[in-house]
Amino acid sequence: MSQLLSAGRSARVWYGSLSRRYAAASPLVRYAVTLAILIAIAAVPLLLPSLTPDSLYWSAVLVKLGMAVLLALGLNVVVGMAGLLDLGYVAFFAVGAYSFAILSGAAKFNLAQLNRDPNVLALIPHWHMYYWLYFLVGLAIAVVAGLVFGAPTLRLRGDYLAIVTLGFGEMVRITANNADSITVGPWGITQIPHPALDIGPIHYDFGLHNEPYFWLLLAIIAIWIVFLRRLNRSRIGRAWMAIREDEVAAAAMGVRTVQMKLMAFAIGAAVASLSGAIYATQVSYVSPDEFTLFNTSFGSITILAMIVLGGMGSIAGPILGAALVIYLPELFRQVGDARLLIFGLALVVVMILRPEGILASRKRAAELTSHEDHAESLFDVREATQ
Amino acid sequence: MKTQREETGTAPEQSWWIGSRSFSQSRARALLPWLGGLGLIGLAAALLGFGITTNTCPASGSIWIRFISSGLTLGFMYAMIALGYSMVYGILQLLNFAHSEVFMIGSFAGLYTLTGAFGINGHAYPSGVNGSLLVGSIGAALLVGAIASGLAAVAIERIAYRPLRRRGVSRLGYLITAIGMSLFLQNLFLLLDGQPHLGLPFNWPRIAGRNAVPYPDTLHLMPAFRIMGVPINNTQILVVVVAIVMLVVLDVIVLRTHTGQQIRAVAEDPEAASLLGVNIDRVIVITFFLGGVMAGIAGGLYGIYYGQAQWNMGFVPGIKAFTAAVLGGIGNVRGAMLGGVLLGLIENLGVACTGVEWQGVIAFAILILVLMFRPTGLLGEQVSR
Repeated sequence: MSQLLSAGRSARVWYGSLSRRYAAASPLVRYAVTLAILIAIAAVPLLLPSLTPDSLYWSAVLVKLGMAVLLALGLNVVVGMAGLLDLGYVAFFAVGAYSFAILSGAAKFNLAQLNRDPNVLALIPHWHMYYWLYFLVGLAIAVVAGLVFGAPTLRLRGDYLAIVTLGFGEMVRITANNADSITVGPWGITQIPHPALDIGPIHYDFGLHNEPYFWLLLAIIAIWIVFLRRLNRSRIGRAWMAIREDEVAAAAMGVRTVQMKLMAFAIGAAVASLSGAIYATQVSYVSPDEFTLFNTSFGSITILAMIVLGGMGSIAGPILGAALVIYLPELFRQVGDARLLIFGLALVVVMILRPEGILASRKRAAELTSHEDHAESLFDVREATQ
Repeated sequence: MKTQREETGTAPEQSWWIGSRSFSQSRARALLPWLGGLGLIGLAAALLGFGITTNTCPASGSIWIRFISSGLTLGFMYAMIALGYSMVYGILQLLNFAHSEVFMIGSFAGLYTLTGAFGINGHAYPSGVNGSLLVGSIGAALLVGAIASGLAAVAIERIAYRPLRRRGVSRLGYLITAIGMSLFLQNLFLLLDGQPHLGLPFNWPRIAGRNAVPYPDTLHLMPAFRIMGVPINNTQILVVVVAIVMLVVLDVIVLRTHTGQQIRAVAEDPEAASLLGVNIDRVIVITFFLGGVMAGIAGGLYGIYYGQAQWNMGFVPGIKAFTAAVLGGIGNVRGAMLGGVLLGLIENLGVACTGVEWQGVIAFAILILVLMFRPTGLLGEQVSR
């Protein structure tokens, strides 16, 4: 046991020294290293057939990992950076998936099938190039949803915030289940078209291949990480840190808590909706039962477990957490349906032993283990300070 | 200098707890929760009237009687579960997510008391039991359920929450631990289905499993009397009577015994209480035990009422019970009772208009409305500094 701990410690020290050397290098070196790492990761799906006989299975796992990393990085903004415990994050994932499914015409097709409409065949959805814009439309819808869900929670303390966001998550799922005429209800939406690229001479249909989804996710994650690093160092990132530590003091210092909190929700929702839209196009089927609190792959609690285990507030932490949560159950096959049992136990153990997770930012680590001896009221800020 | 408590207007409502009154300040303030309750009822009545005139809500009296009776029954069960959430929040500011699993454990304990200790099942007693065996078996089942739940709650506190208190972890840490504990217990009971799991070489004991485990037919379902043609069943009467008795007992314990005074003291100010000689750890354990007992009895009643117990039966009632606790005023024992009954009623009356599939949405909508317009709850909150 102590060998494991000391191995972990030396791994963290090695990683810390690497990241320090990276940060201290010149911009050219930094870009070169980043590009090299990106190319290396992008090449993994191509190398898989020579590494393992079930390359199709493992490339599917890679795509799932990509979606999980995106979700974890999104929830990291809400929980890790702004300190708002959001238990309904899967609602934004669902909003992204469902908006794409409805916009692409798949919902209409399914409804026509269910109603035994005679000209059903004319409604089969095909991919058009302008469907790429629907990703952005879904993003906009999710941002609006994030603002709508965030607005009632602005004045609530942590525990109430958790339950209200949980409530919103469940409300989205129940609405998706009941609003048959729009979302096809419990039968789910099938035949969502796979993406395709039709630019000039290039015709590439994503179809059932796993690699293109992985590369798309990798591109989005790379852009998102650049955005996150900038955000973290900006006034907004510092504002979030201030709100996280002491909201009353932050408001007293002129931090616009309302705007910052809403921004956190909106940004988190945007990322989740991108992940949801890609999920919808890859799996080609969405149903309300997949967007629950306790879903083993992408449920709210699972994503929370990813950032808790991996480390909150940092950027490497959620990535590590997502990798652990997605990859370890594949490694230990005999765990099987006891996956959530292990997650629950892991959450408790991590909180008792190392509350900040494995690769947390140092600030977050300090916050999570410090004594709280100041009173917190239900209204952290009496009125919106703007 | 006004303290925060006085500013938010909760100080006069302490008169409900301590039993003393300062009339000059409290007479007007004491009316506020009643006005709030009346306002809520008025809003609900207005919505109902609107619904009936537009034909979304049924207009026949018998349907309303049915929904009101089921609403009251559920409401009293929510009230009992809400007490656990409310009391623990009052002394620890911790939303004990695992309380819904404590409720579930009590239900299974009651189930196995009936089938195991009394041997009641479909073969031995095809149409339920009667007389003294009925009273004895249900009483024993509820008692065993209560003790099992109480012990489970105490164990959860000892294993999960006490180390966090020692370490001084933040609020977020407590919440995540509570979620982890809830997840663990739910899935533990899901996996106790007689199959091998986790690669271990033996079969896990067959206690729960994926499917619902049916309660034996103990109190044979029969209408006790009828109101406007709607049958009021004996199970409903059992639930309401037992719940009222237990709520009165808990009220007496909290308001009139020495232990209850200690709980109220820790709920108001733990440091001052410990300075006066109250053993904080012991009080916390007792609070968890009392909350667990109430949840266990609610679990047994739930099982008898619905006829089954399942691994995930605690999730939805747990959330609704927390909503009830918030509605009545978190930390406030009478508030939890009032909130539970009110929530059960409003939810069922809402379902009468919109249909049963929207039940969750209605409950959460009530929670959000309460938190937006009256976050301290109807009877005011009682949370320690």
